[in-house]
Amino acid sequence: MSTRSSLLPAGTPREAFREMVRYETRLALRIPRGLFAGVFVPTMLLVLFGSIPSTNRPMKVLGGLTYFDVYVPVFLALVIAAIGLIGLPVPLASYREHGILRRLSTTPAPPAWVLAAQLILNLRFVAMELVLLLVVATAGFSLAAPKSPGGLALALALAIAALFSIGLWISAIARTERTAGGLAVACFFPMMYFAGLFYPRAEMAKALVDIGNFTPIGAAVQAIQSALLDGFPPIEPLLVLSAYALIFAALAVRFFRWE
Amino acid sequence: MNTGPAIEVTHLRKSYGTTVAVDDVSFEVAPGEIFGLLGPNGAGKTNTIECAVGLRSPDSGTVRVLGLDPLADRERLHQIVGVQLQASALPGVAKVGEILGLYRSFYPQPADVGVLVRVLGLAGKLNNYYRSLSGGQKQRLSIALALIGRPKIAMLDEMTTGLDPQARRDTWDLIEGVRDRGATIVLVTHSMEEAERLCDRVALLDRGRIVAMDSPAGLAQQAGGSQRVRFVPSGSFDDQLLTRLPEVRGVERHGRHVTVSGSGDLVSAVILALASAGLTAGGLQVESATLEDAFMRLTGRHLDGEGMVPRS
Repeated sequence: MSTRSSLLPAGTPREAFREMVRYETRLALRIPRGLFAGVFVPTMLLVLFGSIPSTNRPMKVLGGLTYFDVYVPVFLALVIAAIGLIGLPVPLASYREHGILRRLSTTPAPPAWVLAAQLILNLRFVAMELVLLLVVATAGFSLAAPKSPGGLALALALAIAALFSIGLWISAIARTERTAGGLAVACFFPMMYFAGLFYPRAEMAKALVDIGNFTPIGAAVQAIQSALLDGFPPIEPLLVLSAYALIFAALAVRFFRWE
Repeated sequence: MNTGPAIEVTHLRKSYGTTVAVDDVSFEVAPGEIFGLLGPNGAGKTNTIECAVGLRSPDSGTVRVLGLDPLADRERLHQIVGVQLQASALPGVAKVGEILGLYRSFYPQPADVGVLVRVLGLAGKLNNYYRSLSGGQKQRLSIALALIGRPKIAMLDEMTTGLDPQARRDTWDLIEGVRDRGATIVLVTHSMEEAERLCDRVALLDRGRIVAMDSPAGLAQQAGGSQRVRFVPSGSFDDQLLTRLPEVRGVERHGRHVTVSGSGDLVSAVILALASAGLTAGGLQVESATLEDAFMRLTGRHLDGEGMVPRS
């Protein structure tokens, strides 16, 4: 065996993996499935909202907050949801459906690299867009510095973990690109409703708010808003996000297939 | 250095439910050899290849590729084996150059991409999206990806299916070039022309079994009727004039045409016999037996199927 293994060249997996991340990033920018909803839409909405004077007036119905205050957390959650639920799983399901993962599994690059590359590039997109939104909202408009920066980072990180896990689960159970897209959208819109994208949580019936608190994006908005405006977020939404992350990561691992 | 066979398949068996896809297949491929798996659709060729590259696990039997177990040593195997699969896709929005760049990065000593794309006629396509390529261009890209890592072994499934005759000949030249630098090549094909042109040895597969294995010429010999002579005689004669010759096995008449099958020095025997009767053979044609004949004789069935390359 040792004589034979000397026949085998030493690979350069690190460089090859970097190349794969670059390649997948280029492709993701070329068909911006999740990026349209996850980068373009939130940025546009934030700028629109920030530019309308009335959204910066404290409102009694919002408990003295401005519409801008209430919507910044929703836009942040929108970024995470769109990229995690659509941007991450749809290409993976497409690659499996079209035999692209199977083709890769006959090269020295394990198909798990594609999964890792997708995770990395989508995390990068999320991180860049979250930072961009926070900077624009703070520097360009009326968002105050977060009350609890550490709490904000934790809330965002747990929200990313929860939504990316659900995205991976979608990529695990969807046999085709079309199913993955349908499932992603079927998760995305109800979740965004409970998160207060269509009208603010403060104006919802209490029952809807309670349900929303147990949805991943609802919990994310709750935790992000607390960290921005009040201080370290309460434990409940953080626990909800952690539970989603763990359960759906486990389901994704259990059901993921390469072919 | 590895001095044993490049590929060693022993009693390979693979079934799906009650359908036996590969039934007790054994063969060895020597280093530097071009080995063909030839047979009709459903003969088990692709399953055999997929077991050899670790995409399927055999029910029983063993496969060794340069001494490696395709399943247990998958990762190391894939560094030295280039594979072209029959059905494999690439992302439609990826450009040809990007795909080549990605696959190139997987291997420590990749082939010269410029040379590869020139030979395969893809040099002008590097900026084209994969989805915009024609079927033949996709096929050629797939061949390029199989060869880009300078594999010690290349396994190519239906390599030239869908290529036009010129592209097919260029691809054959390319494969011969790859072999000349020392690689071992396994071709899955149902093109007899391809097998006869390229392969040092061919295994004929039918319904999961190897029915014969030899050089293309050797297989044709095995088929017995190694030659056929066809002509229009200058006058009438009795079949006995020819059938009594030891070289002749059979005589058939189609209108004015006479076809004589047999072996040995068939042509001169026939011409001499005709001359002795005062006759000449007009429009004389000589045909050697082909792999098709060998397959027919061994299985009683035609070696055809979709995508078969018609013989000109």
